[in-house]
Amino acid sequence: MNPHSFEQLSNDAKKLIVDYLDRIDDMKARERTKIPAQEMPAQDPEVRTHNLDEVTLGYTMEQARIEAMRCLLCVKKNCVEDCPVKIDIPRFINHIAHSEFQDAADVIKEASLLPAICGRVCPQETQCQSNCTVGRALKDVDKSVAIGRLERFIADWERSTGKISVPEIKPETGKKVAIVGSGPAGLVVAADCRREGHHVTIFEAFHKLGGVLRYGIPEFRLPNDIIDKEIDVLRAMGVEIKTNFVVGRTRKLTDLIEKDGYHAIFVGTGAGLPIFLGIEGESLVGVFSANEYLTRANLMRAFERDKADTPIYKSKNVAVLGGGNVAMDSARMAKRLGAENVYVVYRRTEVEMPARKEEVAHAKEEGINFYFLQNAKRILGDDKGRVKAMECLRYQLGEPDVSGRRRPIAIPNSEFLLDVDTVIVAVGNGSNPLISQTTPQLNVNRTGNIIVDDTQKTSLDRIFAGGDIVLGAATVILAMGEGRRAAAAINKMLAEEIEKEKTVMN
Amino acid sequence: MNKILFKRQLSQDVFMMRLKAPLIAEERSAGQFIILQIDDDYGERIPLTIADADTKEGSITIIFQVVGKTTLQLSRLNIGDQLPTLVGPLGKPTLIENFGTVVCVGGGIGSAPLHPIAQALKKAGNNVITIIGARTKDLIILEEEMKKIADEFILCTDDGSYGRKALVTEPLKEICQRDPKPNMVIAIGPPIMMKFCAETTRPFEVFTQVSLNTIMVDGTGMCGGCRVNVGNEIKFVCVDGPEFDGHKVDFNNMMARLNSYKDIERDKHSCFLEQEIKAKEMLQ
Repeated sequence: MNPHSFEQLSNDAKKLIVDYLDRIDDMKARERTKIPAQEMPAQDPEVRTHNLDEVTLGYTMEQARIEAMRCLLCVKKNCVEDCPVKIDIPRFINHIAHSEFQDAADVIKEASLLPAICGRVCPQETQCQSNCTVGRALKDVDKSVAIGRLERFIADWERSTGKISVPEIKPETGKKVAIVGSGPAGLVVAADCRREGHHVTIFEAFHKLGGVLRYGIPEFRLPNDIIDKEIDVLRAMGVEIKTNFVVGRTRKLTDLIEKDGYHAIFVGTGAGLPIFLGIEGESLVGVFSANEYLTRANLMRAFERDKADTPIYKSKNVAVLGGGNVAMDSARMAKRLGAENVYVVYRRTEVEMPARKEEVAHAKEEGINFYFLQNAKRILGDDKGRVKAMECLRYQLGEPDVSGRRRPIAIPNSEFLLDVDTVIVAVGNGSNPLISQTTPQLNVNRTGNIIVDDTQKTSLDRIFAGGDIVLGAATVILAMGEGRRAAAAINKMLAEEIEKEKTVMN
Repeated sequence: MNKILFKRQLSQDVFMMRLKAPLIAEERSAGQFIILQIDDDYGERIPLTIADADTKEGSITIIFQVVGKTTLQLSRLNIGDQLPTLVGPLGKPTLIENFGTVVCVGGGIGSAPLHPIAQALKKAGNNVITIIGARTKDLIILEEEMKKIADEFILCTDDGSYGRKALVTEPLKEICQRDPKPNMVIAIGPPIMMKFCAETTRPFEVFTQVSLNTIMVDGTGMCGGCRVNVGNEIKFVCVDGPEFDGHKVDFNNMMARLNSYKDIERDKHSCFLEQEIKAKEMLQ
């Protein structure tokens, strides 16, 4: 089914809302559940596969208000419980229903710093929207109140007013906090620590900020402009930013404390170490990690072939291995870069795919082919060492494994060849070794993830960590949740120190 | 921003620059490299070895050969110009110990990364034999600097225009035949030269270290574009290297990977040159 046009959705909502406006507060639950769930307007698939513009266009004001009216304002707030940063969801949604958008923005900002980003990339269907009473009543999680889209609506509305409020900063404390990595976890820690009046420096290895938000998530899902705006707020708050600085190499982690006088460090270096499958042919020309492919296209702007110096491989037939959001991003990017056929090859079924439903639906609309219950066995090359085909095996599902998902079992002698010239491996990331390699005294687990306590503190004094370097590859919002917790612990530690110093002086 | 403090042309296509980078100068060791970019938005990231560093001046020295658009643009920058992106030091430092007798083989521009390593090895008490070679006389760099360090110094050119007429593998083989044979060989240069150095020493079972310069994007382990097969393992040049056991490196695969974008780059490069020519014509 092709999505409805923006004009149609907008006009429908304009007509529909008239019915509800005079009884916003009087509608019974039954009535509210009958309000049609609002479809997200999106660029036409034919058009969007040739550009990098954002796929989803955002609710119109009427759509947002109608969707907000679907909320039952439950007393027991399942949605808040399921939100990693505990936004008071019904309260901000109620403000939207009443057209009080600034109030809605203020409610969100009590808990979340980056609503424009979370509203776009959070997996709401497994979090706030998973136990929504409306969704349950309608026996369809997809019919839950579209909390994420409403969050995005408010964030975009606020941005469009041009007056994004800069949070209040407490008087300078003279304490210095170093943030290693400018991904979602680091950005949250930077804001939270700066608000307490500490001097905050963000160290970023790349020349641009945002970490995975910038190099990983494509612009068609999260425009750079949105990341830039969020970072502008941090700059306006007085956060110092140092790009092209690889902590561990340019400066040892512990030197930041010992030589540069930082009082606390937060390590949020992410899960940047691509995992390969270890199959034959994986080093052939034309095999890429999703990280490399996406970094070339996103961070290095290779999508703009005429302008960018960084080249990207010319592909006709592309296989993407994996079933997560990164696999979807890679497949859809390959399509936008001109590939004729793109196959997502996944060894389980659609049900087990970790990618967000919306991303899978968008990928399908864009003509991405899905090959379920199949996996790469080896990649074949031509005489120049370039990919010419991929040999696959068929699978069936067996008993559930430790992840609770049914284990895929290879069917013997089911090999077949897929005609591809490019293979993108998107089966996950290990932990980046740079910090642990150069900080041997830091405790890490067997897979290289930094070990922390429940306040996100590492085995080293004054050093905290969070996000994917602790969790393994997870989500933006979980990283933000960890950042929030780490910032609270850092702020507490520094407050106690300041208190102690005062006592000594008196 | 990193200022260019000094620039000198070493041969037709080879340039030396000193760049302001106090932190990199302080932290770097022999064998490490930097990544630079000329344009923050659309530039590409290229890895270059650190040839030298001066902690007093807070500078590092790079030596590069013009091989593509970025190195061409870099060569046209002048003293006082700024580089928007310079990051490092990256990669693992070379292991420096007193191994005994070490043969340092530099091919062409490879003498640039070899120089600080040879220097450190000499300082650690090794007997350093240096072989430097190039296609022709004009492409020989750092002759004097290398001579100063070496206990024994051999220079050769493919065409015999300077020094001995030979490939570097010839004197390398002779040295391996000596009794006692050298304790170690370090070969840095074009992939094909390192491959044949490794093949030369293999029968003599002399450990041969090579320093690889593959295609990279981030240089911190994040993209895996720089991966090479070493033994039966995939290794990342940026975080596991850049130095590896030359007897285990799959050079053929590495050379194929280095050519991944050759067609695209050739198109681009000629485009760029054509534009330049047009611009000049318009001025006339």
